[in-house]
Amino acid sequence: MSSPDVEGLLRELGPQALGALARRYGDFTSAEDAVQEALLAAAVQWQVELPERPLGWLITVASRRLVEEYRRTDARRRREELASSLSLHQVPTVPAEDDSLVLLFLCCDEALTPTLSIPLTLRAVAGLTTREIAAAYLVPEATMAQRISRAKAKLKGHAFALPGDLGARLPSVLEVIYLLFNEGYASSSGPDLARSDLSGEAIRLARMLHAQLPAEPEVAGLLALLVLTDARRAARVDADGSLVPLAEQDRSRWDHGLIAEGLSLLNRTLAAGRQGEYQLLAAVAALHDEAASYAHTRWPQIARTYELLETLTGNPMVRLNRAVAVAMVEGPSAGLALLEGLGLRDHHRLHAVRAHLLEELGDRLGAHNAYVSAASRTDNARERDYLTQRAALVARSGVDASRRG
Amino acid sequence: MRFMLMQAYGGVELEGCVSMDKWTPEEVKTHIDFQHSLNADLLERGELVDAQGLAGPDQAKVVVSDGVNPPRIIDGPYPESKELLAGYRLVDVDSLERALEIAALSSAAPGPGGQALRQQIEVRQVLGAPDPEV
Repeated sequence: MSSPDVEGLLRELGPQALGALARRYGDFTSAEDAVQEALLAAAVQWQVELPERPLGWLITVASRRLVEEYRRTDARRRREELASSLSLHQVPTVPAEDDSLVLLFLCCDEALTPTLSIPLTLRAVAGLTTREIAAAYLVPEATMAQRISRAKAKLKGHAFALPGDLGARLPSVLEVIYLLFNEGYASSSGPDLARSDLSGEAIRLARMLHAQLPAEPEVAGLLALLVLTDARRAARVDADGSLVPLAEQDRSRWDHGLIAEGLSLLNRTLAAGRQGEYQLLAAVAALHDEAASYAHTRWPQIARTYELLETLTGNPMVRLNRAVAVAMVEGPSAGLALLEGLGLRDHHRLHAVRAHLLEELGDRLGAHNAYVSAASRTDNARERDYLTQRAALVARSGVDASRRG
Repeated sequence: MRFMLMQAYGGVELEGCVSMDKWTPEEVKTHIDFQHSLNADLLERGELVDAQGLAGPDQAKVVVSDGVNPPRIIDGPYPESKELLAGYRLVDVDSLERALEIAALSSAAPGPGGQALRQQIEVRQVLGAPDPEV
């Protein structure tokens, strides 16, 4: 095992070395393999003695590996082509520019599904090892290594350069970071603890992206959304790992430093007046984070923000969230009315929201049935536990009421 | 998305298929090679989490306990051994469609005479963690 110092250094320098090599040789795939090998060597050798110029060391060793690899696997044609350029005496120098943005856009290419782009981004841009990524995704290391190889194979021949139209390619980068965050945030307790690091990586990537593209409102919006959501992490599960819904969270356990950061970021961004999906989601998160309690939340503003979001995206899940907010303002019947005709018949969230609103209305039997429907449709264990418990509670309160009555 | 692909001892729809201990060595080898090759393929695609075969039903034991008295341990074989799990694959894939595709490949594993066994494969999603609320 490496000491934390060397590990941290390798994570920081790995992507830089990769950028330098990919830029020099124009071959991201081979450069990535070579840098991985250099990192493995460094993890051992640097324990004994740290080189004077660590980044230079990594680039030199990786370049050597790259050239060796070309020589080993190549047909004569390629050897002849590259013989002049791939001299060991022409090792690329320590880069003057930051290649992290190029790496990020390359790894989040639309040619890759998120299952492929996320692990590749974690390795090439965030500097995690295959073993760490495999542990976070709970798959064997060999499986994760193959996933990364497949991702790189699909990128073979892609130029190592920023895409001409940054704006058009930005959404897939933002989506990858958002999915990565959710992957970690969804499972941030107990035996899944390792996975919560993924949220931290997503925030780190979003910060990096925002530092490079400070004028992009949706980048700032995404970063604000992530920190405003992450601020509630500690209160989101109780001591035995069960999910605590927003309404019941201990708000003193929220991270008020993160909330302040997210709010200031969001206010500056919204002022620019170019609204987008992530900014609106961040605005909802901000309205929750600012509220002293669930009841004191500014529900009319949340309902209004979801309405804007629904117009923008046409996503039926947004209508579902809007129904919850509208019910808080106008009562459960108004919320239920918004659920009519929603094309989400089989989604557990629809049944869960309906159950909640029916419970508020006092329709215990309807609520019980809807909770049961939701529990049988959810694809996650903690939520199923929660919904099953609600179903049992609402049924018992009916029995108690009839006994008392 | 994670799926468990399970096969029981029964559920072979190939007509007249005898149990594996009556196959020729070549037929057994072809079947095993097929399973290994499918696993290797899933690994290469970055989809394989785990694949295991279980010891035979004659070695199975069933345990029942009330938490107080000594447990009741029932030895095999059982009359309903056809329903016992023979093996499983745990895969991590992009969609239900892909899980069904893998199940179909696995179902057509070669049996006697190289014919597809048409083994019933039960496909079950493994529960994950909840989405964050916004």
